[in-house]
Amino acid sequence: MEVGQLQRSFVEYMASLFREISAFAFVFVVILDLSALELMYFAVLIQKGFLDAQFSQLQQLQDDSNPDFVVEVVSLFFEDSERLINDLTMALDQPNVDFKQVDAHVHQLKGSSSSVGAQRVKNCCVPFRNCCEEQNTETCLRCLQQIKQEYLLVKNKLQTLFELEQQIVAAGGAIPMVQ
Amino acid sequence: MNLGVGSVVKTMSGASCSVSWKSGGSDKVPDQFPAGLRVLVVDDDPTCLRILEKMLRNCHYEVTKSNRAELALSMLRENRNGFDIVISDVHMPDMDGFKLLEHVGLEMDLPVIMMSADDSKDVVMKGVTHGACDYLIKPVRIEALKNIWQHVIRKKKHEWKDKDFDQSTSMEDGDQQQKPPEDVDYSSSANEGNWKSSKRRKEEEDETEERDDLSTSKKPRVVWSVELHQQFVQAVNQLGIDKAVPKKILELMNVPGLTRENVASHLQKYRLYLRRLSGVSQHQNGLNNSFMGHPEATYGTMTSFNGLELQALAATGQLPAQSLATLQAAALGRSATKSAISMPLDQRNLFSFENPKLRFSEGQQQLNNSNKQINLLHGIPTTMEPKQLADLHQSSQSFVAMNMQGHARMQQNNALLMHMSQQQQQSSRAQMLNETNNGQVSLPPLSMSQPAAVLSRNSIVDNVRGPVYNPVPQTSSMVDFSLNQTTELQNNSFPLVSSNSGMSTLTSKRLLQEEVNSDIKGSRGFPPGYDIFEELHQQKTQDWGLPNVGSTFGTSDHSNMPGTLDVSPSMLVQQGISSMKKNGQNGNSLMGGSQLNLFSGGNLLTVKAEQLPDTSYQNTFFPEQFGQDDLMSALLKQQESVGQVETEFGFDGYSPLDNHPV
Repeated sequence: MEVGQLQRSFVEYMASLFREISAFAFVFVVILDLSALELMYFAVLIQKGFLDAQFSQLQQLQDDSNPDFVVEVVSLFFEDSERLINDLTMALDQPNVDFKQVDAHVHQLKGSSSSVGAQRVKNCCVPFRNCCEEQNTETCLRCLQQIKQEYLLVKNKLQTLFELEQQIVAAGGAIPMVQ
Repeated sequence: MNLGVGSVVKTMSGASCSVSWKSGGSDKVPDQFPAGLRVLVVDDDPTCLRILEKMLRNCHYEVTKSNRAELALSMLRENRNGFDIVISDVHMPDMDGFKLLEHVGLEMDLPVIMMSADDSKDVVMKGVTHGACDYLIKPVRIEALKNIWQHVIRKKKHEWKDKDFDQSTSMEDGDQQQKPPEDVDYSSSANEGNWKSSKRRKEEEDETEERDDLSTSKKPRVVWSVELHQQFVQAVNQLGIDKAVPKKILELMNVPGLTRENVASHLQKYRLYLRRLSGVSQHQNGLNNSFMGHPEATYGTMTSFNGLELQALAATGQLPAQSLATLQAAALGRSATKSAISMPLDQRNLFSFENPKLRFSEGQQQLNNSNKQINLLHGIPTTMEPKQLADLHQSSQSFVAMNMQGHARMQQNNALLMHMSQQQQQSSRAQMLNETNNGQVSLPPLSMSQPAAVLSRNSIVDNVRGPVYNPVPQTSSMVDFSLNQTTELQNNSFPLVSSNSGMSTLTSKRLLQEEVNSDIKGSRGFPPGYDIFEELHQQKTQDWGLPNVGSTFGTSDHSNMPGTLDVSPSMLVQQGISSMKKNGQNGNSLMGGSQLNLFSGGNLLTVKAEQLPDTSYQNTFFPEQFGQDDLMSALLKQQESVGQVETEFGFDGYSPLDNHPV
């Protein structure tokens, strides 16, 4: 099949894809290579709510003096979140649950997830705090389970995104002119 | 960078210089202002801390960050004039943000901005009443940080005016014409005529007596060290809170170089602080519990002590100063739980006349009052009715003194806590970073500056933007991948393949990719390529019930290997990428209005709230199987996934690329 036709089909496919997904219209770059793929992946992440506008803010902060800023911050976020989730697990495992402590942890998780733009994780924190107020261990455990799930999901997505970016740069940077 | 817990990092933006514009008495600010504003950021959340630091540096501020409040406080004390403004989180494990706020206000008189993910009204109100000059809700945007310099200016203005006023007061005759600051404070709180007049008489006496003492030159900024404050508190206690007037306090303290004005303003703050203390004793104080251990046993007896007794004890040497501090600190820390019992009456009183005080100060228009209001906002007492304050339980006053003296203790604990947590954090951090950075491969600089070449096709035309398009000559060939030009590509597979075309020619690249992929964690399931298509696939099968996708991959035979791949696509891609990298951040400024601008790996994605004209694309994508195939295979080659191929595309049997001849 002719490449041009292929490209057309691809564009049409992507266009229909995004139209089906939401009412927003996307204008996307159809540089038909990894960049486009990464871009579209990122757009899907945004659309599905894994990431929000705050993440874009982070990307805009990245510059030549801090070329790995986003990765750095996200790594900090991973580390912090995993620690908090562990603390939460332990705290809810106690015979007498210290709900104030649990609430403090959730609050911090909410802060850090909102700062990196991990929207779904942040959204899980709100009902969690309500459960803490009600001092209901069972509902808290359920919330914790959800947070764990959402966290693992967003971690996966972000890692995928970063690896894509890595490969783009690797592709662009490593290949000399070849004949 | 590896930031261990308890460390302090000072960073400067490239363009900033350390501009000292703390010179008193001048309304002018340096030209570079607000660049070089010295900001201290305190937050225990490392993610937020890092983000804030970067944002502030982007604003050309000079940033010092700390994840420990105590550390930040000691830094501030060591270098009183080293900072212009403090930004602090509300919820911190080692010290409550409001406590830090109080300390900073009391000791250093710097503007403090509070921030939190908590946007509930009462917390914000707490910030206001404690004297924060602003309250930011997380996630903090850079726009919010750009204007923080206003708080510094505002504060300075009030300080200068206050000082000016003090001087003019001292030089003029007459009783009623000008009100010294403390006078207004006293009156502002009470609103009682009788008391007011009697108080004023008293104050005026003091004033006339001291007028001669005052110098006409600008007074240097007084540093209220812990020791100085201790002396102050002793003097106040000795005099009795109702009789503690600045002049007498000054005499008792007997500190050379200290002026009545200094004492007066400090007294205001102190009184408000006391009030604050009783008022918020319901809430948990954030003092470090590590130095509670000792006084636990003695706390029970604390509540019956009043400040004078304590001081007396200390004086007689029965309570050494150290343990006094500890006791007081513990008592203060525990006041949250126990003081409520010990002084219920006082709290009621405090609350009852706290409100009128606030109301009154709101109503006042005079500069003095706005000054007082600022003092008020510091969480420091401005109400100076001796009668009413006499109701203040002595123990609460002593608790405050304890708090001051507890500082020494806090600092001692810093090092220990820092050390412990530092060790723990660093090891976990190093591990994490290794994990996420895929160990072996160091991330090359990822340029954000790849403007998008926008393809237009049929109904998607409307969103083409000229500047974004960026038709640089080098990219034009790249852009020529567009629909109309197919001559460049001489192979059958998608140009997506192009990025891996190097594989056909460079084993080194393959190695690189292998390295990249070798650290793919098992927990991740399947490699990125599949992940992406999983995302897309989910949508597709949902909406269009496309059956093709799964089957195509299963049958893909990779006959469309890029063996026939011409060099040109890859060349073009390289050129495209490298030139787009050069093209800076043009795209950034172009996107505005109601659009969500997304940068991803340097490409620009604009999401507009528009509708695409309806075209029925339902079942027309990749009517030919191999279209999807090509895309998939291209992706597969790039990924060089090794064995981790559980996909919903039924791809079990797929073997990695390196088994295929290239």
